[in-house]
Amino acid sequence: MIRIRNLVKTFNGTPVLNGIDLDIAEGEIIVVIGPSGTGKSTLLRCINLLEQPDQGVIEIDGDAVDVGHASKKDVLKLRRNTSFVFQNYALFANKTALQNIAEGLITVWNKPRREALAEARSILADIGLADKENSYPAALSGGQQQRVGIGRAMASHSKVMLFDEPTSALDPEWVDEVLQLMKRLAERKQTMVVVTHEMSFARDVADRVLFMEGGRIVEQGPPQKIFAEPDDPRTQAFLRKVLRR
Amino acid sequence: MNFDLSYFIELIPLLLRYLGITMQMALLGLVFALLLAVVMAVVRVFRVPLLDWLVQLYISFFRGTPLLVQLFLLYYGLPQMFPPLVGIDAFTAAVIGLSLHFSAYMAESIRAAIIGIDRSQMEAALSIGQSPLMAMRRIILPQAARIALPSLMNQFVDMIKSTSLAFTLGVAELMARAQMEASSSFKFFESFLAVALIYWVVVVLFTRLQLRLETKLNRAYQR
Repeated sequence: MIRIRNLVKTFNGTPVLNGIDLDIAEGEIIVVIGPSGTGKSTLLRCINLLEQPDQGVIEIDGDAVDVGHASKKDVLKLRRNTSFVFQNYALFANKTALQNIAEGLITVWNKPRREALAEARSILADIGLADKENSYPAALSGGQQQRVGIGRAMASHSKVMLFDEPTSALDPEWVDEVLQLMKRLAERKQTMVVVTHEMSFARDVADRVLFMEGGRIVEQGPPQKIFAEPDDPRTQAFLRKVLRR
Repeated sequence: MNFDLSYFIELIPLLLRYLGITMQMALLGLVFALLLAVVMAVVRVFRVPLLDWLVQLYISFFRGTPLLVQLFLLYYGLPQMFPPLVGIDAFTAAVIGLSLHFSAYMAESIRAAIIGIDRSQMEAALSIGQSPLMAMRRIILPQAARIALPSLMNQFVDMIKSTSLAFTLGVAELMARAQMEASSSFKFFESFLAVALIYWVVVVLFTRLQLRLETKLNRAYQR
């Protein structure tokens, strides 16, 4: 469904992504792991062009975009085919939980207001926050904010949801409710790419785990394989460290 | 010292009749200045080629020269160069002059407020598929308004007071009336004290309004 070819990104001459190739199948759950500073977040941000890649091709349903020279139209198209969940939630601070979810439906998908609000309400109910529809982000807990962040991403019915360390900024007490919600989305076969340090989530939910280091995908495979018998010594070293074995 | 209290008290209602003209200039000036300022702030934030440069030049000029000079240039100077402007009346010229002048200051306040909004707000708006301009309108500017409000209000207060310069163009406003009364009665102190008090009370009332507006705009940010 999504093909990424030779994605390259440098920051001031320092390479961050060294030609990433990645195919994502419909309904696939991909979890990206690896040491910090190895380009995991940059990969996600290049897929929806929050970061401008130097070169590469991203193809969604046969529609190829040369992302090194993307037109404004291409940029919008890519962003409307993807949705993004931010590490710091990044909820619209001037809008209520309900308005955060409805915003895209109204302004991007041009749904009539009433229809958009009804849909946003059903998403709020789905993520267990029906009673918070008039709360502003500042009045929500971290876990609630991130669930609204996921709700906002759900509203765009995008082909692929991109999660950039969705639980890293959360107090430990809120991590589980966010992971539970992500698991439910995974069970519904929502295609997603998740950058995370939650190894148990990777092991339990991923269809495929990518290990990245130095701007490259070093190794990938089903979680059983990656966690039990990784081939690459760098993967072995990383997992030994994070799993404290 | 002989302060003529009864003259002073009788003068106030007389002067208040001219407050309307003063406030018309200030409020019209506010509307046009804000419109211009928002456009210029956005041009600067997006660094629109050429336009950004023009806006910087504009801001530099209108902040770098006295308002009185700008008003004279506009009302007495420009018609000499551009004959179609000969018919422009003093009130219109004053409103235009005030708008242009204060839009330069307001543009910088709004730009500073926009820059102060966390980058992730723009990224989140882009991520749901909004264009940068739509994100600006729906997400960034409403938040920037709250941050810019105190300094915009400062500039508006300054603008209310600066309408008094319009009397030099011959606009029959508050200050012009006070000047006329003073020179016919020779009661300068009473006349100018009365006009000073009127400006002061108006400014205090608008400051009250600002506090209410701040409370309203802060509602979304309460824990």
